[in-house]
Formats: sequence, structure tokens, C-alpha cells
Amino acid sequence: MQDAVSLRAALVKAVAEVVGSHADELTALDQAIGDGDHGINMKRGFEAVAADAAALCAKPWPDFLKSVGTTLVMKVGGASGPLYGTLFMAMGKEMPENPTAADLPRAFRAAILAVQARGKAERGHKTMLDVLIPVAEALESGIYETDKIAAAAHAAAEATKPIKAVRGRASFLGDRSIGHMDPGARSSALLIEAVSGILENE
Amino acid sequence: MESVGVVIVSHSPKVAEGAADMVRQMVGEEVPLAWTGGNPSGGLGTDVGQIMSAIDRAWSNAGVVILVDLGGAETNSEMAIEMLPDERRAKVLVCNAPLVEGAVVAATEAAGGSSVETVRQTAEEYSAR
Repeated sequence: MQDAVSLRAALVKAVAEVVGSHADELTALDQAIGDGDHGINMKRGFEAVAADAAALCAKPWPDFLKSVGTTLVMKVGGASGPLYGTLFMAMGKEMPENPTAADLPRAFRAAILAVQARGKAERGHKTMLDVLIPVAEALESGIYETDKIAAAAHAAAEATKPIKAVRGRASFLGDRSIGHMDPGARSSALLIEAVSGILENE
Repeated sequence: MESVGVVIVSHSPKVAEGAADMVRQMVGEEVPLAWTGGNPSGGLGTDVGQIMSAIDRAWSNAGVVILVDLGGAETNSEMAIEMLPDERRAKVLVCNAPLVEGAVVAATEAAGGSSVETVRQTAEEYSAR
């Protein structure tokens, strides 16, 4: 166990690193079925979070999560800014100051509902929700083993390949979106794996 | 009676500025008008902070309508509206209409003193023709 400030700092570092090291891959996925800016946009957003880490991590969990969300909203520059921003902001609204593991599934589910409303999307639309929802279900069914959660996230991202997109710019491609992994699903799986890796020892 | 304001949000600052030029030439100066385009690094994209500032520049007590181009412009505009002060939030509406035509039609309707709901409806009906 580490203290909450160090834990928040470790989480920020892990998510910024995973987004940074996969930025080119995310951009390549987005070039196939979107507008090719997902990697660079996410990198800009999470770099801004990392740059402000000291101030952000000093805040208690609810404010920390809300501030991370606000930073993403203001810095990402594409639709993923408000979507990921909303995810973090909504989690911040649901989390108590001293959360336990039991708070996670509830807060995560509430955050997903907020993302669904923001993006006007449902499960099966070839979006980040196709990763987030199965992860929420795993948490709700009491699965907390971090390797299982990460594996579920990556399998769910993989499963977006055969789906025909109905939301976002990928939907303009119609059938041509089939066969490509959704970039938002991929970034969600990467973030979940990074967060799981840090929470493993908590 | 103040006219409803019009905000134009495009991924490209050139598109946004060009659309605003067309509104000015076709409708004139009486409608509050602002445009924004580009992401926080200056590339193609949209920027929530800049959209909030454009809403402020085009502010009217009658409300503001926003015309957007593609996906992220709409999502970021909705986010910007949500981050406005309570007393302003309900008076700002995103139009489901083509950017250029929608902006001209909305500004024309706004110049006649219509409510923010009517301005949005007119812009959206035009696009449905």
C-alpha cells in the first residue's frame, strides 16, 4: 500500500506513459477509420495532466478525478476530450474522499452512463463503450484480479474489429469500417491495463 | 429586443472564418457573431476553451446558437455549453444543420428578433429540405 498522493501520482505517470508510447499506434488505427488524430490528441491531453501532476495529485480523489477530466476536456482537442473528460469527471462525482474497492464498480458504471449520454452511443457501436462496459460488468460480478480485467479489456477491444461503426467519423465509412479495431476501444483498453497495473498492489 | 447570437465552430479556422465572412456579408452587422476553429495546438480540431470564449464574444441575453461541422465539433460544443455558468447554459443550443447554410439561415432568422429555439428550428428545417 502507498499513500493516496503517491498512488495518484503513480496512476498519472502510468496513463501518461502508456498513451505516449502508443500514440503512433492509436493514430494509425484512427487513420484507417477516423481522422487520424487520436494518438496525438490523447498524448497532448495526458501530457497536460502529467505536467500538472503535483497539483492534481495533492487533491483528494473526487477533485483529483474531476480535475484530470477537465484537463482532458480542455486539452485533447477532438471528440475524445469530452468523452474521456466526462468519464473522469463523472467518476470524480461518484467517488468518496476515501474510496474502497467496493466504490469502484458503482462509480465506473455511473461514469460510463455519462459517457454514453455525451457520445449518444450504445454498446455495439464500435466505440470505447465496447471496452468500458464489459470491464464494468466484470467489476460488478466481483472480478478484481487486475490481469483478468486487463485481459477482458483487450479482448473487448479486439472484438470491435468486425463491428460496423455507427457513431463518429468511422460511421461515414459504413462497411469499410469493418475489420479495423476502434481507436477509442484500443486507448480504453490501454488505459485500463495501465490503471490495473498500478492498482494491483492496493 | 437583442438578437440571438451565432457561433461558428469548425475543425478548420479558415472554414470557420470564411463562413463568418459570408454571414456578415449576407446578413449584416446586427447579429452578434463569433467563430473558432483548430485544436489547442493550432492543428485541425476544436477546443472547448475557445468555444466557450466564442460563446462569450457572441453573447446575447436572447441566447446563442452554435453551428458545427463534424463529430468532435459537436461533442466539444456540447461540453463547452455544459461548462458555462448556470444562468447561461439553457440559452445556448447546437444546431443540427450544415455549417455554412445553417449559419446564414440562423443569422437571418436571428436578425428578425426570433427566440433562440426558433432560430435553431429554422436552421435545422432548412437543412432538412
